[in-house]
Parts: sequence; C-alpha cells; structure tokens
Amino acid sequence: MAQMTMVQAITDALRCELKNDENVLVFGEDVGVNGGVFRATEGLQNEFGVDRVFDTPLAESGIGGLAVGLSLTGFRPVPEIQFFGFVYEVMDSISGQLARYRYRTGNTYSMPVTIRSPFGGGVHTPEMHSDSLEGLMAQQPGLKVVIPSTPYDAKGLLISSIRDNDPVVFLEHLKLYRSIREEVPEEAYTIPLGKADVKREGKDLSIFAYGLMVHESLKAAEELEKEGYSVEVVDLRTVQPLDIETIIASVEKTNRAIVVQEAQKQAGIAANVVSEITERAILSLEAPVLRVAAPDTVYPFPQAENIWLPNYKDILETAKKVLTF
Amino acid sequence: MGEKISKQFDPKTTLQEIEDQFQMFQILNEEGKIVNEEADPKLSDEELVELMTRMVYTRILDQRSISLNRQGRLGFYAPTAGQEASQLASHFALEKDDWILPGYRDVPQIVWHGLPLWKAFLFSRGHFVGNQIPEGVNVVPPQIIIGAQYVQTAGVALGLKKRCSKTVAITYTGDGGSSQGDFYEGINFAGAQKSPAIFIVQNNQYAISTPREVQTAAKTIAQKGIAAGIPSILVDGMDPLAVYVATRDARQRAVNGEGPSLIETMCYRYGPHTMSGDDPTRYRTSDIDNEWAAKDPIVRFRIYLEGKGLWSEQKENEVIERAKEEIKAAIKQADETPKQKVTDLISNMYEEMPVNLQEQYEIYKEKESK
Repeated sequence: MAQMTMVQAITDALRCELKNDENVLVFGEDVGVNGGVFRATEGLQNEFGVDRVFDTPLAESGIGGLAVGLSLTGFRPVPEIQFFGFVYEVMDSISGQLARYRYRTGNTYSMPVTIRSPFGGGVHTPEMHSDSLEGLMAQQPGLKVVIPSTPYDAKGLLISSIRDNDPVVFLEHLKLYRSIREEVPEEAYTIPLGKADVKREGKDLSIFAYGLMVHESLKAAEELEKEGYSVEVVDLRTVQPLDIETIIASVEKTNRAIVVQEAQKQAGIAANVVSEITERAILSLEAPVLRVAAPDTVYPFPQAENIWLPNYKDILETAKKVLTF
Repeated sequence: MGEKISKQFDPKTTLQEIEDQFQMFQILNEEGKIVNEEADPKLSDEELVELMTRMVYTRILDQRSISLNRQGRLGFYAPTAGQEASQLASHFALEKDDWILPGYRDVPQIVWHGLPLWKAFLFSRGHFVGNQIPEGVNVVPPQIIIGAQYVQTAGVALGLKKRCSKTVAITYTGDGGSSQGDFYEGINFAGAQKSPAIFIVQNNQYAISTPREVQTAAKTIAQKGIAAGIPSILVDGMDPLAVYVATRDARQRAVNGEGPSLIETMCYRYGPHTMSGDDPTRYRTSDIDNEWAAKDPIVRFRIYLEGKGLWSEQKENEVIERAKEEIKAAIKQADETPKQKVTDLISNMYEEMPVNLQEQYEIYKEKESK
C-alpha cells in the first residue's frame, strides 16, 4: 500500500494496464514527453516508449477518430481530451461513432476505448475548462460514464474501464486531483462499473452524489450529525448506468433523499436519479426527493465560482428541507 | 513591401504555381485511346476483363437498385452510375487485407471487397444483419456522417503501421465532404503520423444541389493535400486506368512507409444524390448531363477493350445476365432474413448488458413472446 493522490492513482492505473496489455495505447495532446498537463501520464512514455504513449496533433475530433480506427485494428485506446469542455469538438466521434459501433455492426466490431478527461470547478480555470457535461454523455446509448471521487476508486474504476470492451467516458475532477491522499494498493485491482459505494451509513436521509460533491456531502453529513441526524452518503461512482439496487435500498431504509450535483439543474444526471426513485420507491418516501445543483446559467466567470458552485451549505439547507418536510 | 513578401502575396505567382501542378492525370481518353503510353499500367488481359466486368456489373446493380427502390423493395440508396471507374478501378488496386472505410455512396467497393450482396441490400433497407461484416472482410459499414470516415481512416492506418502490416486503409468522400473539419483532420493526422492511408475525394461536381464552386475557392480539391503536407493528385475519374494507377502508386508509397496520399477523382453521378426525393433537374441542365455522358467510363473502356479483342457484346450481355440473376437471388435472401426484434437491438449494444437494458430486455422478451 502507498499513500496516493487521485492523479497518482490514475497514473498508477495506466501503468498497470500498459504493463498488463500490450494493446493499451495512451495518446492525446501533451500526454507524452510532457506527462500531461496535470502529470497524469508522467513517466509513462519514458517507461513504455513512444509507440505506446504518444502526442497527437491538436484536434479533438481527430483524436476520437484515431481511437475508433485503432480499435478496428485490435488496439485498446485510452485517449485523453485535455479538458472536457472541449468535448463538443469530438461529440460525433464519441456519441455518433464510438458509442454506436457495436450496435451498428450487429455485434461484429467493438470499441474498447476509455476516454479520460478532466473537468470540474473550484480552481479558477479559464472558460470552458470546468463545465460539467457528464449529462450529455449519460444520454448516449452505448456509453458508460464513470466519475471517481477518491484515489482508491479512481484506480480500480480506471482499470475496469480500460478492461471493459465497450467505450467508457472517465471524468476526473480537477479539484480532486491532489486534494486528498489515501492508501492505494500497488497491484492492479478492479471496481465493477455501475456499482455505487456507500461512503457513510445513515438512517434518516440518503444523499446521492458524485465527483467533488461527494466530499461536500460528507461534510454536510457531519454537520447534520451534530444536530442529531443520521445521514447516508452514497457515491454513485458510475453515473451511467446507475446502480439502481443500491440507490433504492438506501431510500427504502432512510425514506428521504436528496441528489447532489455540481452541474446546472437542467444538466447533470440528478433528474434521472429522482425519476428512478419515484418510479421504484415512491411508497417509501416521507418527503419529495430534492436536488442540489448549480444555477441554470453558463458556467461562471472564475471570480464568481464561489457564489455559484454548490457546496456543503447548499446541501445542508436542502437536506433540512427534506428532513423537516 | 519587400520583394520577397510582395511576391508571396501576388496571386499570379504563388497560387498560380500551385494550381499549375494539379493538371488532370489521364491515360485513356474519351475515345478509348491511350494518351499516356508511359503511365499505362499494362494490366494483363484477364485483369482488364475483370475490371470491365466489375464496372458493367456495378452499372447494372445501380439500375436494378434504383428500380427496386422505386418498387419499395430497397430503402436508402445513393446512385453510383458514372462513378464506376472512380469506385472500382481504385478498389481494383487494393489487396484483400487492405481496409476500406466507405461513405454512403461507396457500397460497390465493399461488395467487391467481400460484403455479400444480400447484406448490402439489408443495409439499404435498414437491418442490422446487413452490417454484420463477415470475418476477414476488412470493411466497415457505409458512413453517413460526412467526414467521420476520414478521421477513422487515419486511426486504422496508424493501427496497421503499428502492427507492421504491409496493408493500407482507404477511404472515400465527395467534393462537398472536403469542406468538413474531419476531412482536414483526417489527412493531417495521417500525414503527421506518416500512416499508410489513401484518401479519395470523388468530385462528382455536386453535393446534393450545391455545385463544387460553392464549396471552396480552391481550383482543385487535390491541392488541399498541401495543407497536410502530403502528396496529392487530380485524376480523370472517368478513366479506369488513370484511377487504377493513381491508387496503385499511392498504395505502393504507403506500404513503403512513405505516408498517405490524397486523390481527387473528377467524375459525375448521372442519377440523383439519393433516392430520397432529390430531383437533379432542379439544379442541373441536360447540357451538363450530356457533356458528362460523353465521358462515360464504361463506354471508353469498352472501345479500348474491343480494340484489343478482349470484349464483345456477347461478353457484356453475359455479365449483365449474371448480375441480374445474382441481384435477384440476393434480394430473395434479404427477404428471407428474419425480422429484427427489440431484444436483438438491445443485445447488440454492449458486451455485458447494463442493468437498465437487462430490465428492458425482459420487458420486450415478454412482449415478443405474445
């Protein structure tokens, strides 16, 4: 075991898989000799060579096309999109092509691609770097969308994503890259995709969250405990497909729930979680399921992040509304 | 302005010098005469007959497909008549293990590469079995998103290079497609990575109703290869020998590790853009149609082969009869393919069904059992 930050755990997962499978290829803008703009691929080109870890021209659509073509010739591509705000350039390659190849060829070709990309607010990035666009990906049949919140989860989920024979969008929150350290096993291990994780057990309220909002929810849960409420925090970890079983079991136990996301209220995936709960567990509910989300504006100018991004105080407020409904 | 910079900005020099380099490459003229003896590929008699056979067969396939579409026995169909040299002579220069990433009009190439005709008909109708490519046939289904096949070809070609395979990836788009971002990204990636790719632009003069001149101020599409730093050539796309030679040479360079090439084939589609309601009389005059009819690739190749004693009316009729019979059998096989079920579509989504689909699978299985 070693103490690792999330970005180190990600590098470690990539190293494990580059070692484990010679078909794994890591490529993108500045991921080679530079080791990535966040050092996520640091040292990998040196260790595995320029044939396995390489830079590309600056063109996201071309990177997506490269992933499709390399898959057709039997490789297991792990491309990087430098910031997920740039996904619009590669929407066709991901949603129009990668996600559909197995289906459109009647199960004769598959696309074992893992698209890694950072996103998320709180670090004053310039325009189009921090937008939460997982909701767009979650609406595309054929994709899986994974968002880890801890170093341990990041490594296990990334290894599972790379080994998955269908395309996975793996989103890495910028603020979580180096803000937490935890024990991470040095060997390869996997965490199943589509499985949520109960990060804190509780009886009075379920908080469903993902990404940075998991940590804000844990903070809110601690505050609520001081006031005598027992709060369960469920980290979704995979936002598509949702772990319905874990979500419903939690709601049936606590009878109250909120869903927390960093994305705008009209975006993200919180509305999906609410729908699943109302379809499957309405008779268990003592109160409506409320959402914590950002305002429905364009992502804020950097100086306005602190007043715009949802945080534990918003979670506390919404949790109390539900607890006292 | 200094002398150097003013020369660069003088449209009569730099641009003209570039355009002058893209003279149309032709071997067989409209009268079926070899006009470029030096470039003649000197194909064997058998090869010449085989290429003519495929062109005639494909002309019949086009005629029958249009008629079957009108009868409602085919769905989406993009006519190919006029482009036989461009499509089939370029394909003729390939090897079996080469990869083809076709556009929506490029069904003939993947059929001659090994996709059974009945599957091509199922593609037209909209049935997943049509896209179940037989193992060992290195093609993907026709691409509907114009330009996407270009970036994917850069990827396949890089894959082939990494596998040290002496094969190439070839792709096709139209003149309109050369305006897409993916067109440029595709040729630029393959250039930067020196990948074994052949990019063909079939310039059939119109993108639906929009003439070539509306796409770009560039005099040729071939010269767009300069932007990617790759060799490119403008070819008479109605001349099977010229298209064959240009593709053969591009392939040779690619397998020798010299990188990709761009080939513009100057051709024409006699029919509408697709059978989905396009009416070319709205944007084309019969004068233009007649001008291009005089350049017909089959006519000039027929004269050439007859002159060599390799082709006759009887031979042509045999090909036509065989084509009609095989088309009839293929349509019958397509008819006999079981109808699609929602459970089939669900099963084809992922290797392992996620929970949402497991649930929906059970619901539809129940519905289908009734």
